[in-house]
Amino acid sequence: MGFISRGFRGRPRDEGVKLPPGQYLVHDFPVLSAGPTPRVPLDRWEFAIDTEDGKTHRWSWQELMALPSETPTVDLHCVTKWSKLGTAWKGVSLDTLFADVESSAEYALVYSYGGYTTNLPVEDLLDGKAWITYEFDGEELAPAHGGPARLLVPHLYLWKSAKWVQGIRLLNEDWPGFWETAGYHNYGDPWREQRYQGD
Amino acid sequence: MRRLAWHVAKLAEIRDETPTARTLVLDIPGWPGHLAGQHVDVRLTAEDGYSTQRSYSIASAADGERVDLTVQRVADGEVSPYLTEELRPGDELEIRGPVGGWFVWRPDGTRPVLLVGGGSGIVPLMAMIRAREQAGSRTPFRLLYSLREPGERYYAEELRKPISGLDVTYLYTRVVPDGWARPAGRVTVADVNTGGWPAEFRPECFVCGPTGFVETVSDILLAMGHDATAIKTERFGPTGG
Repeated sequence: MGFISRGFRGRPRDEGVKLPPGQYLVHDFPVLSAGPTPRVPLDRWEFAIDTEDGKTHRWSWQELMALPSETPTVDLHCVTKWSKLGTAWKGVSLDTLFADVESSAEYALVYSYGGYTTNLPVEDLLDGKAWITYEFDGEELAPAHGGPARLLVPHLYLWKSAKWVQGIRLLNEDWPGFWETAGYHNYGDPWREQRYQGD
Repeated sequence: MRRLAWHVAKLAEIRDETPTARTLVLDIPGWPGHLAGQHVDVRLTAEDGYSTQRSYSIASAADGERVDLTVQRVADGEVSPYLTEELRPGDELEIRGPVGGWFVWRPDGTRPVLLVGGGSGIVPLMAMIRAREQAGSRTPFRLLYSLREPGERYYAEELRKPISGLDVTYLYTRVVPDGWARPAGRVTVADVNTGGWPAEFRPECFVCGPTGFVETVSDILLAMGHDATAIKTERFGPTGG
């Protein structure tokens, strides 16, 4: 018999909903970020993919808008324990952005306006698993939630879905990002509860 | 890499801060210590095996195996009503931490410090004030504490006593005490200008509270010329239960 919290019953369980271990359901959209919200004017906004050979592919806001978009509906899992199900986004698949990128790098370091970084394997960005999003719930993405554009990688904890995304650097070696160097897990799979280093 | 272990903490004492918030004084055998500003994960498990977790900021400076958490009861919450109403001294809790290496103040810091707290956002800031006291640090601190009314103050007695090198300013948003010069209202540029530090002093700024509050204060600090990298934020959503 494991640990029991005396007198704790918890909320009535919704048997239809399966959440990753340790998570609870929310219906609003909490905001978490480590510093001030950067404001990026669209006429100066740019997204880049930098390859391991020093080549850079760039997109202006207009160029991003001209690309075919997708409307993924996904579940979000934040390492601070909340999960939000069935969120509706609009954005461009990373498969589309990577179509003309020649690279054999295995690692990606995502960087943001404001200086935030996060790392993940390149394969987690491809095959329909990640998007550069600019609309949430039919509205343009609010700055507090990462607007004008944020990375969306919903199969990993939400800190990997970098807000205010500015670019992706492709690397031959793994380069831990902001939270990854501050004690959080390097990969961050919510279903394996990879919250902190060593989990 | 060593995994952050779950510890079984025992509730030693309860201190009521307000009618809806209480400090849980915990003894945690094997606690590795913490930095001011860090938080812990609390795990509750029901008899049928159902388990859920929440994060809470640590209110105390490192003190052996003793750790204070201050928990605000959220009306329709799942965990905070249990922690603030059901839990009794002698009860046990599962705790993991400390967590978070960014929103922290270290006692060897020499830059002036500005703490801006909204509501229960005071908790990790209080840990910084206590860590400063404990270390005998003379780093100048200024605290701006925004809250609805005087009755919602946490740590009221402790902050009432003068602490050398710490200036405390209360910003009431709804109800002010009799004869209070500042009318009730949300934090403004004038408040941060008067109660904070000039940007030239290059203070470390810690801002903690609800999202709207943190957004407002960090925008004000940026407009005053503070460096974005010197502004560390921690946000409490309306949820968290």
